[in-house]
Amino acid sequence: MHRLFKWLLPILLFSPSTFSQDWIRTGTGLGVEKVRLAVPDFKASTQDAKNTDLLKVFNDTLWNDLDNAGIFDMVSKSFYPLGPVGSPPDVKFEAWSAPPPNAAMLAFGNLGASGNTLTVQGWLYDAKNVTSPQVLGKQYQDAATTDAARAIAHKFADEIIFRLGGGIQGIAESKIYFVSSRSGRKEIWAMDYDGANQHALTHVGSISLSPRVSPDGSRIAFSSLTRTGWDILMYSVDVGRLVAFPRFGGTNLSPAWSPDGTKLAFSSSRGGDPEIYVVDQSGSNLKRLTSFKGPDVSPAWNRKTGAQMAWVSGRSGLPQIYTMEADGTNPQRLTEEGYAVSPAWSPNGQFLVFSWIRHYGPGAPGAQDIYIMDIASKQWVQLTHDGGRNDFPYWSPDGRHIIFQSSRSGSEQIWTMLADGTNQKQLSFAGSNTQPNWSWK
Amino acid sequence: MKQRKLKWITLVFVLGAIMMLGACKKKVAPPPPPAPPAPTAPTASLTANPNTIEKGQSTTLTWQTTNATDVSIDGIGAVDPNGSQSVTPADSTTYHLTAKGAGGTQDATARVTVTAAAAPPPTSSATEEELFSQNVKDIFFDYDKSDIRSDQQSALQGDAGFLKQHSNIVFTIEGHCDERGSTEYNLALGDSRANSVRTALVQSGIGGDHIKTISYGKEKPFCTQSNEQCWQQNRRGHFVYQK
Repeated sequence: MHRLFKWLLPILLFSPSTFSQDWIRTGTGLGVEKVRLAVPDFKASTQDAKNTDLLKVFNDTLWNDLDNAGIFDMVSKSFYPLGPVGSPPDVKFEAWSAPPPNAAMLAFGNLGASGNTLTVQGWLYDAKNVTSPQVLGKQYQDAATTDAARAIAHKFADEIIFRLGGGIQGIAESKIYFVSSRSGRKEIWAMDYDGANQHALTHVGSISLSPRVSPDGSRIAFSSLTRTGWDILMYSVDVGRLVAFPRFGGTNLSPAWSPDGTKLAFSSSRGGDPEIYVVDQSGSNLKRLTSFKGPDVSPAWNRKTGAQMAWVSGRSGLPQIYTMEADGTNPQRLTEEGYAVSPAWSPNGQFLVFSWIRHYGPGAPGAQDIYIMDIASKQWVQLTHDGGRNDFPYWSPDGRHIIFQSSRSGSEQIWTMLADGTNQKQLSFAGSNTQPNWSWK
Repeated sequence: MKQRKLKWITLVFVLGAIMMLGACKKKVAPPPPPAPPAPTAPTASLTANPNTIEKGQSTTLTWQTTNATDVSIDGIGAVDPNGSQSVTPADSTTYHLTAKGAGGTQDATARVTVTAAAAPPPTSSATEEELFSQNVKDIFFDYDKSDIRSDQQSALQGDAGFLKQHSNIVFTIEGHCDERGSTEYNLALGDSRANSVRTALVQSGIGGDHIKTISYGKEKPFCTQSNEQCWQQNRRGHFVYQK
């Protein structure tokens, strides 16, 4: 297990195949050491009264995004040299690169509202390269609103993360879809990746569960209790309402998109026993993949190849995680004990994250925690140890983060963590919030 | 003679006062006493045992009186001074006994509460839906299991027997699970439970087109505590009459 940790971390956080020049320029060269990044507050560039609010939102969001990314050692603001840094002439290289800040990289800039327009200029400097320091220089314009300020901060953060994080796209502009009971009924909700901007998407008025966003982000498949039973419903993000999708009869649960977006796998009891089926994204060409007595549910495609699927089966008693080819052949059991559910395949195709009550039965502690398994070796690592029921883990698009639900705070809420289990943070607080699903980009 | 007159006046005065005080009870002033010792007033008691019955059942009224010459119970008529009688009221009734004697009148009451019938009486007005809920018993399951346990077979046979006699009834079997485990797996498991009950009923000769099934997984628990007693309540196939 510890051996797995040693190589799991570098792979998850800094995929060696995509090491880039930027990474070597930081001077660490070791691959797993974090870049020391200083981010002084952006400076007002105009005299507009709105600047105070806009700057606060922008600075908080940018800091939070870079801190959340998991690849930076954020230099504490108390170490920063005096005086604002709003543009390149303000940068005193010696003061930033020497201790105490000892920053390798410096992100800085300015922001100003002018009428209804917000303009942001941002730079990323290599603090130790005085002759040619600029890694990034960006200018953004949008409406002078806090929402726009937040969106620009996400964009700039993602640029920095892309440059310094081995060429992997950042997640600051990604979305989380989830189930919330806040309105009194379980509906499908959306929020930004950092928990901001939580809002309801559906108003079905019954019980809606298991949202899964399509790879292109245009549609959300979910399972909902309708007059005819549990059906797969389809919500269009583009038009903001439900769109037609066929009803199959029986209990239809846990939809999952293939990585190319052309197919949906789900569980259906239309034939009497809950089995895994696959249909085209339009709902046609229904095919059954499993046929074995006992519940089969929660399919998850191999996100890299689309050629395999993991799912949960109760065919041998307590639910276990299995894999099979996408045509239903070659079923293999992955977990050998306990109660294992909710598999999700990592973006690089190497790992499964899932929820496991490993020691199940009388006298066992019975904690339900999040685990990662390397599919080839079946070695696993436990990521949560903090009590409560932890379930429905799902990967961020960059594979560096995992979102999940946990009851550890007293009610079911949505949490994130880095894929090594560190930096666990609660994102939702009101009502009960479950079954998070991260957008593909 | 003077003394007698005084006594007479006193008596009239006292009786007048009694009449005024007791006007509500309509006590009739006794006639001028033929003899100085006034007759003793009657006593009466009336009880019903049991005092709560189901519709169609009987209860026994028992009464005792003293110093009464004329005893009657409303709705029954004249009765012996002491006695008992079985009655079968259709609705909740207050029985009223009146005991008259030389010393006056005394009454007593006993209330009998009639509840809806439990058994299907042939002449009962219970609706089919009521009969369904009285006769069709839910089927309970073991943890993570959807096969029908041996101790549930008699309930299932009872359900099948009733449903065969009422073959026009359309109903839903809801599959429920306890709070442990995942939402998605429990919905699939609840589906298996509902289908397991459905299959057993169809094998007993119930028409499958009268049976709908739905899984609620752990979405609509009957009981919300985290202990085995509560979990067992939630692991069930629940029957719902379909209007």
